[in-house]
Amino acid sequence: MVNTKVTLSGLTLDNPIIPASGTFGYGYEFAELYDINILGSFSFKGTTLEPRFGNPTPRIAETPMGMINAVGLQNPGVDKVISEELPKMREVFHKKVVANISGFCVEEYVACCEKIDKEDCVGLIEINISCPNVHGGGMALGTDPEMAAEITRAVKAVTTKPVYIKLTPNVTSIVPIAKAVEAAGADGISLCNTFLGMRIDLRTKKPVIANKMGGFSGPAIFPQALRLVYQVYEAVNIPIIGIGGVSSAEDVIEMMLAGATAVQVGAQNLVDPYACKKIIEDLPAVMEKYGITDLNDIIGGAH
Amino acid sequence: MKQVIFKVISNEKIAKDVFKMVMEGDTTSIACGQFVNIQIEGLYLRRPISVCEVVGDKLTIIYKVVGKGTEVMSNMTEGVELDVLTGLGNGYDLSSSGDKPLLIGGGVGVPPMYQLAKDLVAQGKKVSVILGFNKAEEIFYTDEFKALGAEVFVATVDGSVGTKGFVTDVMKTLTDYTYIYTCGPEPMLKAVYNTSTTSGQFSFEERMGCGFGACMGCSCKTKYGNKRICKEGPVLTKEEIIW
Repeated sequence: MVNTKVTLSGLTLDNPIIPASGTFGYGYEFAELYDINILGSFSFKGTTLEPRFGNPTPRIAETPMGMINAVGLQNPGVDKVISEELPKMREVFHKKVVANISGFCVEEYVACCEKIDKEDCVGLIEINISCPNVHGGGMALGTDPEMAAEITRAVKAVTTKPVYIKLTPNVTSIVPIAKAVEAAGADGISLCNTFLGMRIDLRTKKPVIANKMGGFSGPAIFPQALRLVYQVYEAVNIPIIGIGGVSSAEDVIEMMLAGATAVQVGAQNLVDPYACKKIIEDLPAVMEKYGITDLNDIIGGAH
Repeated sequence: MKQVIFKVISNEKIAKDVFKMVMEGDTTSIACGQFVNIQIEGLYLRRPISVCEVVGDKLTIIYKVVGKGTEVMSNMTEGVELDVLTGLGNGYDLSSSGDKPLLIGGGVGVPPMYQLAKDLVAQGKKVSVILGFNKAEEIFYTDEFKALGAEVFVATVDGSVGTKGFVTDVMKTLTDYTYIYTCGPEPMLKAVYNTSTTSGQFSFEERMGCGFGACMGCSCKTKYGNKRICKEGPVLTKEEIIW
């Protein structure tokens, strides 16, 4: 028997597998296919204070071993998420979830977090200061260490649950930002959001995506995400959730060796709706293959 | 939604750049007007393709080679196994058709009209079909629609076959229909919408990420709220469409 249980700031997960925000909705579509309670947890669709339709379509482009999206945080707003989506979600998922929260200014993050913090089903709050698809917010806030710290402090002041800050990879150096949010009281770091990218349609000679640019994800970014986790692990003492291109149990172990305590699976859910189930089922055998009896033993093991 | 492994039975060219693929597998979750999402080796995203016909465990799709994915598909031979998500989208609601439904398909919007015509004929409805193409070499399936017992009109942009012009040029000559079902490029859908006051169902296309409602990549605004083309669509009723 191997141990796949890991703990994020007091929240123990049966395994480190967490579907990433925006790739798993509120779980219902996947619950039609398998019992999603096998997941460690999942991070539900990014939520903002007000309802948002998001960007015009096309919102999606394909890349070699990946994809670009510019959804633009479409969601019904925090009040409807709490009154309509979370009750339905609780019918199919009985463990604690990760609440992914976005905003355009400090006050918005604070107002949204105050509301979501009261929800019993929320085990952890993940603050997205890194969405590349909305103008004037998200990533702009996450590229400045002082602004990242200010949001962290403000959110921590109004919440009781662990707060993880989801950082953008689209910066010259990730370490000062990671250190700044740690110093501001973050309980952990989710690393990383999508890489800014684009495609141009050769027939129209214009960008494929209406928003022109979008967030690049999928297996193609795995080495970059892994590198960020590796760098941040050396710089901070709070847990890291490794995100970016994870698509197999082997990738999970690699992420954990780089320094992740848990791992999110994003784009892969969209091309293979059974991706997380397969990873969870494969994990014990892959652990055994590499002589791992307890996942906790390998966190940061590559350093 | 179901994930099914299908085996390719045949894959043949039936018009310029247009291929018909028949595959065998579990078709139990497929309904009229839905689409399937096919994984293609070497490409990251699946390819959503409308369902042309289901007979027993045989699924027929008709697709046009427009990019890398469909090009790979066009080279597939008998026996190839494909990972396919089935039962995607809402499909057509046949109960609104009335006695004399008019079906309008343009280009690769023609295939989903076939199963629909077949099902409506089976219900004893008097089905008329308008098929629109650019030119003669792109035409397919007119005989198949006739064999169902449907009245078939063809429009070609260059006038090489049937009425010269668009599907709406044929539409203007018809008065005796109870309801409209249509699928085709968006400019065609809009023209159909504006040509008649009769109610109907319009099937839309959009670039998709997942095809099953998870990524919000294909959202659109309707009079009844935001919808996902892949989940609450691809079929929208005329009353809810916002152009």
